[in-house]
Amino acid sequence: MSHHIVEAIELCHRYGDGTQALTEVTFRIHHGESVALVGANGAGKSTLLQHFNGVLLPTSGAVRIGEVPLVKETLRDIRRTVGMVFQDPDDQLFSPTIGQDVAFGPLNLGLPPADVEARVRAALDRMEALSLKDKPAYRLSAGEKRRAAIATVLSMTPDILVLDEPTSGLDPRARRQLIGLLRAFHHTKIIATHDLDMVLDLCPRTLVLHEGRVKADGATREIFADEALLAACHLEKPLTMQGCLMCGEKRGI
Amino acid sequence: MDQADDCGPNVGGLCMHMADALLSPAVGGIMWAASAAAVARSSRKIQQELDGNRIPLMGMLAAFVFTAQMINFSIPGTGSSGHLGGGLLLAILLGPDAALLATASVLVIQALFFADGGLLALGCNIFNLGFLPAFVAYPLVFRPLATGKAGQLPRALAVLLGAVVGLQLGAFGVVVETVLSGRTALTFRAFLLAMQPIHLAIGLVEGVVTLSLLAFLQKARLELPRPTEQADTAGRATVALGLLTLLLGGWVAWYASKHPDGLEWAIQRVTGQSELQGTASGWHGRLARVQATTAVLPDYQFKGSQEGSRAVTSLSGVMGGAMTLVLVAGAGWILHLRKRRA
Amino acid sequence: MVNLGDRFRDLGRMDALGSQESTLHRLDPRAKVLVTAAFALVVSSFGRYEVSGLLPFALFPVSLAILGEVPWGYLLKRIGLALPFMLVLGALNPVLDREVLLHVGPLAITGGWLSSFSMVLKLVLTVASAVVLVATTGVDGVCQALERLGLPQVFVVQIGFLHRYTFVLAEEAVRMLRARELRSNGHGLTHREFGPLAGHLLLRTWDRAQRIHQAMLARGFDGNFHMLRRSSFGPRDLLFLFAWCAIFLLLRIVNFPMLMGSLVSGGG
Ligand SMILES: Nc1ncnc2c1ncn2[C@@H]1O[C@H](COP(=O)(O)OP(=O)(O)O)[C@@H](O)[C@H]1O
Ligand SMILES: [Mg+2]
Repeated sequence: MSHHIVEAIELCHRYGDGTQALTEVTFRIHHGESVALVGANGAGKSTLLQHFNGVLLPTSGAVRIGEVPLVKETLRDIRRTVGMVFQDPDDQLFSPTIGQDVAFGPLNLGLPPADVEARVRAALDRMEALSLKDKPAYRLSAGEKRRAAIATVLSMTPDILVLDEPTSGLDPRARRQLIGLLRAFHHTKIIATHDLDMVLDLCPRTLVLHEGRVKADGATREIFADEALLAACHLEKPLTMQGCLMCGEKRGI
Repeated sequence: MDQADDCGPNVGGLCMHMADALLSPAVGGIMWAASAAAVARSSRKIQQELDGNRIPLMGMLAAFVFTAQMINFSIPGTGSSGHLGGGLLLAILLGPDAALLATASVLVIQALFFADGGLLALGCNIFNLGFLPAFVAYPLVFRPLATGKAGQLPRALAVLLGAVVGLQLGAFGVVVETVLSGRTALTFRAFLLAMQPIHLAIGLVEGVVTLSLLAFLQKARLELPRPTEQADTAGRATVALGLLTLLLGGWVAWYASKHPDGLEWAIQRVTGQSELQGTASGWHGRLARVQATTAVLPDYQFKGSQEGSRAVTSLSGVMGGAMTLVLVAGAGWILHLRKRRA
Repeated sequence: MVNLGDRFRDLGRMDALGSQESTLHRLDPRAKVLVTAAFALVVSSFGRYEVSGLLPFALFPVSLAILGEVPWGYLLKRIGLALPFMLVLGALNPVLDREVLLHVGPLAITGGWLSSFSMVLKLVLTVASAVVLVATTGVDGVCQALERLGLPQVFVVQIGFLHRYTFVLAEEAVRMLRARELRSNGHGLTHREFGPLAGHLLLRTWDRAQRIHQAMLARGFDGNFHMLRRSSFGPRDLLFLFAWCAIFLLLRIVNFPMLMGSLVSGGG
């Protein structure tokens, strides 16, 4: 199933106002991998993610999804393959009710109503959000909103899931629940985040982005152990890897 | 009346809302038809656009206007407060078609949620506050003044004038519709003289606020759409038709203003059917006429000599009214009990 | 300004009421919208001086409010908010129209009093019916009904967007106003401050619109909306529609208060 591969080749992006957000970003993510994208605010994480389903197109370089180059002509198919969860769930939950939001994608695919219904239920159920189906988005908690937003993408049955800061704004309990749910996915996952503890939990591989360039790409634990690298990229070691405050001992990595 | 929220001493859009209670079904129905046609036409044009990128923008800007309308600010030197109306702003940012839909959606939500205006009055309100600014003030006043290489000052003038004209037209619409409906005792002249000056002030405030918002957007280097000259012929025809309707309405209202049920009276007057001339002025004759045409029990309260029967009628009216209210309350109570038990 | 928060709490309250469960809530939204429209039409068809004939129409909002479990306090509050404007307009009538039309015992009643009373009564009736409609149907339900009754789809979607994001924007606006209030020593908002404040809000609104569009594109949006249609118009809905329309018609033709009054007082 080679079509779960995500590849960026010397990808550059410059915004209309001249901001150079990405410079020669190159990497290859394989089927079923779970990769974290970390970096300080403004490092270019969101910009990079938006290239994976054509919200943004490269200024130069290329993006390939499953060996297919992402260009205008392939956009439609690639958007079925890559599910994108935006940073702010309010941007993704735009319909009057959550159920309608989750149905939005499948309806655009032209599926018959019965199939759409089935997909809506399955996606919501998967995110433990079935009870939210008839609720309007503004009456949901932050955690519920996040799960609903992910369900809107799952109902498209994507092969690749791209998530932009999924745990930001969640309380510890909602965060735990979300991490548990994400772990159960067998999709290829790309997660942009500041939550390095979650990265330790979910992603064996990490890409470090700094000022639009890839500073490191490798095994998560090795990267997080490299204090010089983290400091240079304005990142902090995850709490679970810092020395134990109570007893001064280092926990085993 | 310091309902700070709605009708403070000097408010914008909200006070200009037509209300169901002021409308006759004929006027309400005609305006409904006119607004429905305009909304349908604009919807078709928006739907034809390729990737529908204006659809979320329309929705968001409508939400913005709706929210901003509820933020009151003080107006220096007057001790009164105002708020944004947003009609011209939407037209400048979105173009007339999308602006009409956005304003209309705000009015629908206001009618449904806050019962501002009401369902029947919705047609009037969409016409006064949506159609007139977007399809008359914007293309006929703002656009000619602000096109091409117009400098800062002419552009500012265009905004001010556009806002003032839009609100003057809207106020005129309210006057015409109210008088034609014949539900108030206000004469055309008196209402006109009350409404237009107030709305001159409201229009100036609207213009200034719109201007400061546009200036802010420009400073933030948001790419504002440049007004273009093109206006299709169908659009021109719509505009002309809208204006014509309004003027004709004003003329008819002038005639109708002294008479109850203004529109019906004026239509009869204008079409030269004069058989009602004699009876139209007195309430007695009128009631008799209405009774004769609509009641199952014609004339039951007009037997006998006039003065005597009128007193009896009204007394029985009051008693009957009281009994009706008691009955309604009783029915409500029974329903309530039944629901409790269920 | 504080009103902003209040108004939006009301908005949320209304929606919460709309998603309750009751016999009335379960009716097809179209039936309720049509009946409410018929109600507004019939009520407004009464002439300038009509008072007694309007009274029986209270039956509609009252019985629906009970069946739909709309809280009385809430209903009265909404009516109260709509009243002032009409009271001011209505207060002019007795001054302008002094022709005596009625005698109730020793009391001479002028046309102005009758017409202003009639206006206020109509306002109360139409406002109450609109409040009851939304409180038993929800905005979503009303929108669905409007779409299926032939309103253009883009427009219905537009109303949905507006309703949805009003809550998001209001939250942002309230936050900004509160932050300003903390620094303002109790001074009210001036028109000078309003520009930048609303401008900031507008900019964020604009950006959000862009992001929403991207989110829509990402899920295959091509400019056309497809809707799942669930509700179906059954016999109960038909009965509801026709029964109420028949009642309205009857009450419009026969002036029951007059009839009862004249029977009791023997004046007929
Ligand atoms: N729409 C835009 N226009 C111009 N510059 C932008 C835009 N979006 C982001 N940027 C800039 O691009 C850089 C990367 O931003 P972003 O990808 O959002 O970073 P991150 O998600 O890592 O915080 C930042 O300097 C940001 O200011
Ligand atoms: Mg980001």
